[in-house]
Amino acid sequence: MAGAAIVSGRVSKGDIGRTNLNGLAPGLDQRMSSLPAFSLTGLDAQPHAFPTARPTLLCFVKADCPTCTLTAPLLEVAHRAFGHVADVWAITQDADGGVDAARRWGLTLPVLDDAALRTSYAYDLDTVPTAILADAAGTQRRRFVGFGRQDWQDLFADLSRQTGIAAPGIDWDAYPDSRPGCGSRSVEPGIAERLAAEASGDPLRARRIDIAESEDPFEFLFAQGFTDGLPVVPPTPDRVRRMLRGTRRDPQEVVAVVPPNLAPATVEKIAINAVMAGCTPDYLPVVIAAIAAACTDEFNMHGVLATTHFPTPVLIVNGPIRDRIGMNYRMNVLGQGNRANATIGRAVQLVIRNVGGGRPGEVDRAAIGQPGKYTCCFAEYEERSHWEPLHVERGFRRDDSTVTVYAGGAPTGFVDQLARDARTLATSYALALAATSHPKHCLHGEIVVIVPPEHVDTFAKDGWTKDQIRAHIQQVTTRPVREWVQDDVCAEGIPRAMAERFGYDTPLPKFRSPDMITLVVAGGEAGKFGAILQGWLSGPMGSTMVTRKIEE
Amino acid sequence: MTQILDPTDERAPIRRTLAARPGIITGTVALLDISKPRGDVLMDQLEAQLGARLPGVRFARYAKPTFTKPAPDDLRRRIAEECGFVIEALAD
Repeated sequence: MAGAAIVSGRVSKGDIGRTNLNGLAPGLDQRMSSLPAFSLTGLDAQPHAFPTARPTLLCFVKADCPTCTLTAPLLEVAHRAFGHVADVWAITQDADGGVDAARRWGLTLPVLDDAALRTSYAYDLDTVPTAILADAAGTQRRRFVGFGRQDWQDLFADLSRQTGIAAPGIDWDAYPDSRPGCGSRSVEPGIAERLAAEASGDPLRARRIDIAESEDPFEFLFAQGFTDGLPVVPPTPDRVRRMLRGTRRDPQEVVAVVPPNLAPATVEKIAINAVMAGCTPDYLPVVIAAIAAACTDEFNMHGVLATTHFPTPVLIVNGPIRDRIGMNYRMNVLGQGNRANATIGRAVQLVIRNVGGGRPGEVDRAAIGQPGKYTCCFAEYEERSHWEPLHVERGFRRDDSTVTVYAGGAPTGFVDQLARDARTLATSYALALAATSHPKHCLHGEIVVIVPPEHVDTFAKDGWTKDQIRAHIQQVTTRPVREWVQDDVCAEGIPRAMAERFGYDTPLPKFRSPDMITLVVAGGEAGKFGAILQGWLSGPMGSTMVTRKIEE
Repeated sequence: MTQILDPTDERAPIRRTLAARPGIITGTVALLDISKPRGDVLMDQLEAQLGARLPGVRFARYAKPTFTKPAPDDLRRRIAEECGFVIEALAD
């Protein structure tokens, strides 16, 4: 009987300091203590408030405790004998609110639901059963834990004295002298700390893990599988509390349900992973918005994770928050060195890994993967172009801060250092994009192209809009079906049956529609090099780009 | 001691790495009673039988204040300082 009590008919250690009273103690009048008031819902769905202005017998129980099973008939007898002048309540710690216990034990007395364990905590329970006899004012007269025959005999005698009703006849010989109880659920590891935190107003509810002095915290975090392969910052309670100052949202608010385990990600859990990733508190709103965006049906994080293909959440940040938190959208924009870019993307990956359970080799089935699966986050260089930035194109105000999540592959660079007009430059974009996924794949879905400042200047010189560039890309990449069809030279392409339905002379573009092509401005002032972030399956069968406003 | 918050969904218990197992038993073995009824009976038997098989080994007895809670830090530290091995036993 793992977890069973040795304490029977004895007050537990915690009780001594708290109530200074036990059931066998003499001099009750001097040692009485007022019991915490509470209100719990019964199996009858009615609230039951203590004190009741009548003598009350409270007994904390749980269904899988044999000593509680032993005790239950005595509670029922007490209820039947004294119930018209006293209250006899079983307070259950079971998740089902006591439905099973009441049925198995045949109880007709009120069975109250303390699955949340707040009343158990308030009563400083170590052990169930714990029986407490209170007078009409709610003052404790006696308390004992486990099963003690003498304790129960004394309790019945006391109830009889209080109520003036004769104690019922009970075959006491059928009962053992004593039996140990079981551990109260309120002192189980992890639960006790949560209850203490709730009682103290501490915003943290996550399970606390003690790392022994002999262990290196960084090695411990590796050993637990909590990291992406790089060291993480140990998420101590103090660090997580500081991180939570970065948002006004309730730490226990569920931001998203994270695939693949469909686990709820509270603000607190996101903050823990943000600490580990190396974020500062002012990055937290971006991480929260990115998680909310990634864990939508449209984005389909499960599919992005589970595919053997390359995609990972690529985060594109727009709006005033970029500068407030010091994001990089200029030189080396996809490279290393900027804390915000690096850690926001990493925090999202850690939430998916730790909260969602998405780990490589498990549900993450990427065949090759890509470096962006550590982190891929950057901002748009909005001020550097004459175009509307991404978030405005997607329906937000320019002064909104947003994060756009895109299922993107690793960046592929392309070169055009010689074009001096918009048309020839856009032709280079089209030719570079023609090989997306495979040169013989047409009607492709979403694609993100990073346009560097020097290319922006070339387009601007001729006043080209983004739509003109998109249209030119479609025009240049359009070929008749006969050039897209599978043949003896290359197995990839449109199946012959489909080609015949289309007609071999029908022109088809590289992309399903011009709006599949997203153009984002970013990069250093010098360098006529663009970057393509290849996509994955787009649309309802795969992933669709999602933008969320960042609530600061 | 460092305390951290669990970054996961808390479905799985925390994995602890087992200490390296030495090939032979020497020095002092802690017998830790978790303070359940008849734990001392079990410990007496263990000490007698292990003592017969390991004549060069010393046994030291410890007890948790209550079975309902983890061993206090001080007790764990004392056992670690004084012993090379620990056997923790419950009974009923």
